[in-house]
This record gives sequence, structure tokens and C-alpha cells, in this order.
Amino acid sequence: MKNSTYRNTYALFFKSLMLICMAFTLTCIIFMVVYIFINAIPHVSYDIIFSKPSYINDTIGILPDILNTVYLIFTSVIVVLPFGVGAAIYLNEYAKSKVLIKVIEYAIETLAGIPSIIYGLVGMLVFVQFFSLQTSILAGSLTLAIMNLPIIIRTTQESLKTVDVGYKEGSFALGAGKFYMIRTILIPSCSYGIINGCILSIGRMLGESAALLFTAGFAHTLHGYIDSLSSAGSSLTVALYVYAKEQGEFDVSFVIALILLIMSLVINVLATFLGNYISKK
Amino acid sequence: MKYVINSKSNLQEKVAHGAFFTLGTLNILLVTLICVYLLLAGLPGIIKIGFFDFIFNDTWASTAQNPQFGILPFILTSLYGTLAALLLGMPIGFFCAIYLSFFVSKKLKTFCIGLIDLLSGIPSVIFGFIGMLVLVPFLQELFNLPDGASLLAAILVLALMILPSIIKVSIVALEAVPKQYIEGSLALGANEVETYFKVIVPAAKSGIAAAFVLGVGRAIGEAMAVMMVSGNASNMPALFESVRFLTSAVASEMSYSQGLQKEALFSIALVLFVFILTINASFNFILKRGQRK
Repeated sequence: MKNSTYRNTYALFFKSLMLICMAFTLTCIIFMVVYIFINAIPHVSYDIIFSKPSYINDTIGILPDILNTVYLIFTSVIVVLPFGVGAAIYLNEYAKSKVLIKVIEYAIETLAGIPSIIYGLVGMLVFVQFFSLQTSILAGSLTLAIMNLPIIIRTTQESLKTVDVGYKEGSFALGAGKFYMIRTILIPSCSYGIINGCILSIGRMLGESAALLFTAGFAHTLHGYIDSLSSAGSSLTVALYVYAKEQGEFDVSFVIALILLIMSLVINVLATFLGNYISKK
Repeated sequence: MKYVINSKSNLQEKVAHGAFFTLGTLNILLVTLICVYLLLAGLPGIIKIGFFDFIFNDTWASTAQNPQFGILPFILTSLYGTLAALLLGMPIGFFCAIYLSFFVSKKLKTFCIGLIDLLSGIPSVIFGFIGMLVLVPFLQELFNLPDGASLLAAILVLALMILPSIIKVSIVALEAVPKQYIEGSLALGANEVETYFKVIVPAAKSGIAAAFVLGVGRAIGEAMAVMMVSGNASNMPALFESVRFLTSAVASEMSYSQGLQKEALFSIALVLFVFILTINASFNFILKRGQRK
């Protein structure tokens, strides 16, 4: 039998090791956030955020990149929503064959595991070259949409499962058809879950860069929404990469990093808030 | 539903069923499409270069007079980098998970998990950016290197990036362990730490294994952050050497590649895809085995 001093030291050692690991992780996170804030704040100005790059004045503005990011996210969400929600409804409500469900779920898991650089390549082959969309916001959005299908499907499935069976049966008992029941009972009662899925996938789209390199391109030109669909444009993440790694423009990079950080923070808070709200209901 | 009399709504039901069926099976189509496209794009390169020459040649000189396309350095870098990042990130993440599950008050736990969620939401370019500005010069100073952009820098960045998913999956696994196990062990006189390591960890083994495999999948697929801190020269992997991963090899040359070079890049993507599929399959296998118990 080991003596108790040994056991106590052993316990103390591992306890402090855990504490150190936790402290280390938190320090890293806080350091990253503070580092970006401290370095970015002095460079934040109206000009940098609300203008476009000009070679004549030798100034850099990130308005095009911000708009491109918004366009990309907007288009992808519009595309991915019906597909994701539809697939989830099929899996939970219609599909009867166990084999088919298994195959579809395996396909979704595979989609979720494919790294973004491979999505970028396939997006380039399929959308840019095969459908000849050129490197454009549309091609980038479609690539992002496929990447985010699994998230939307999963979150929708989860919230479909929480709908009270009594509602469904009551609706059938009153003579409603299946599609009528889905339209009037299922989708409204899991709308918060679907919105939460959207927020999660917006967070992923915001941070995505490797998939956009070859599908949406690097251009920093200012476009309206419709125009932008057919023209190349870099998202904030791609712009950050280009400015930091290839042009060495660190001031702008910090500002972009700050914007990305704040946006992902907001999305994070929204998702947590909504998640709590749903579980409370 | 069988007694729908109205034929219009009957038709509507049928159309809806068909539409949902299409949306559901579309996922299978998408995966097949991705596989087929990667095979079509990747195989010609491998065939032209020769499978063994492609996988086991240790020189990548795609733009040389006599181009050589050996991706052994990339494969090894990806493997070493991923494993080292896991070796570093796994214990840290795992200890954090134990700490958060059992030692911390509920309020502090929510706060810490909030911060960890924030970490997982930070875009990978920001990791690369900070790694480039802080970590790389730091390593250069610390080890007196000509250039701090090295495999080591990539490993450290990757380890930090996979922490959130490791922590969260481990927490789920740890909290699924029945409370009676803990209470029984404590009642028998084991102290807290002994209980955690000898009772809970064995019980949560499959969940922790799942966290490991998930981390591998994330680390091996990461492109941007790694590209920004690893230096991007196609050397054989060494801790202080500038290296290139499978992902960064594709990303860094794709924009200007042509001909056989481009085909070789698609072949690299195919190799990466095969790695990922293997990892996913083992992930599913571990999860299923865990559930069966």
C-alpha cells in the first residue's frame, strides 16, 4: 500500500498540472484578443474602413472586402438553407429505409470532415471551370454553401427531434397531409433551431479562407450585390492573408483581424444566447 | 394521410415527397461528385509521375528544368506536424477538460467554455497572422535560428488551434461517465485525482479517442495558418527547418501552376483526401464502438 504522503503529492502534482494547462489555454486566448486590440486600435480610422484601395493615393481601404464577405455569407446562406433544411426534413420525417438513412448520414459526415482546401479545389474545378462561373463571389458562395450543408442539416435535425410528437399526431388526426403538417407545424416550431444553425454556419463562413482562395479570388474592387456575383472579390480573411503575408501591410492586417475578431465574437454571443433561449423553451 | 380526398393536395404531397427525397439524396450525390472530381483530376498526375516516384521521392522541384514531383516531404511533414501537435495539444486539452468538468464552479466553467468557444471561432488566418508576428520572431530569438518560420512554429499554432475541439469533445465524454462511479471510488477512499485517472478516464476512453481523431482531422486539413508560419520550403521535415505541408503545398502553388505541375497538385489533394477519409472512417469506428458499450 502506497503511503498517503506519496498519494497526496501525486494528487497535488496533477491538480497543479491541470491548473497550469487551464491557465495556459486561457492566457493564450486572452493574449491573442488583447494583442489584436492593442495593435489595431491606433490604426482604425474612417478612411481605412469606408474606402477602397487606391494606387494613386497609395492608400488601403477595406470596404470592398467587408462587402464581399457580406455578399458571400448572404448568398451562401440563401443557397444552403433550403437544401440543408430539406435534407434534414427528409431524414427525420420521410425516409423509411434504414440503409438509405445510413448512407445519407455517412455522406453528411464525410462532407463535414473534408478540409476546406479540398473544397476550394473542387469548387474551382466544378463551379469555376465546369460551370464557367469564373473566379467570382457566386462560385465562392456555392463552395461555402456545400461546406456548410452538414452544420445546417445537423442543427435542423436536432431541433426537429425536439418538436412535440403530440403536435404532429394532432395535425394528422385533423386530416392534414404530411407536407401541410411540415409547413405549418414543424418548420415554425423549429425556426429558432434553424436560425441557430445559420448563425453557426455564418461563423464558419466568416473564418473561411482556404476554400475561397481559388473560387472567389483576390480582387479589391467595389461592387453592388448583383455585379459582385459575377466578379472576383476577396473576403476579409483572404485580404488579411494577402496583406499580411504577401504585401507586408501589417497596419491594415491588424484592422481586418480586429473586425473579424469582433464579428466572430458577436456571432459567438448570439449563438450562445439563442442556444440558451431554445433550451429554456 | 391515406384518406386525403382532395386530389390536388394529394398531388402536392407527392411533389413534396419527391422534392424532399431529392434534397436528402443530394448529399450522396455531392460526396460522389467530390470523389469523382478529385479522382479524375488527381489520377493523371500520379499515373504520369508514377505512383512510387510520386509518394516516395523526397525531392519536390516543380518549376525546375527537370521537374521532380516527389511528395514524401509533404506527407511526412503533415504526419509529423499533426502528430506532434496532437502530442502537445491532447494532454493540455485533456487536463483542461478534467479541470473544467470536476474542479470548477459552474459560473467559472461557463466563463471558461465561453472563452474556449471564442478560440474555436477565431479564423485560422488570425492564428497564422499572430503566429507570424509573435511566435516566429520569438522562436528565432529563442533558438538563434536564421528564420523562425519552421515546423516547430506550425506545430505550436496547430496545437493551439485544435485545443477547443479536444476540450469540448473530452468534456462531453467525461460528463457522460455515471456519477455512481465517481462516488463509489471516492467512498472507497481514493482521492479525487486517483478517481479521475483510474475510474473516469478508462470509462471515457472511447470519447477521448474520438477527441484525438477529431484533432488529427482538423490539424491535417488546416492550410492557411500553417502556410503563414511554416516557411513553405519543400524540405524534408526537421523541427527547425522551413517546411511545407500537404495542404500548404496545394495552396501555395495552385495560383500559378500549369500542366503537369497542376496535375501533381491535384494528386496531392487526392492523397490528402485519402488520408482524411481514413481518419473519418476510424473516427466513426471509434464512436460506434463506444456507443455499443
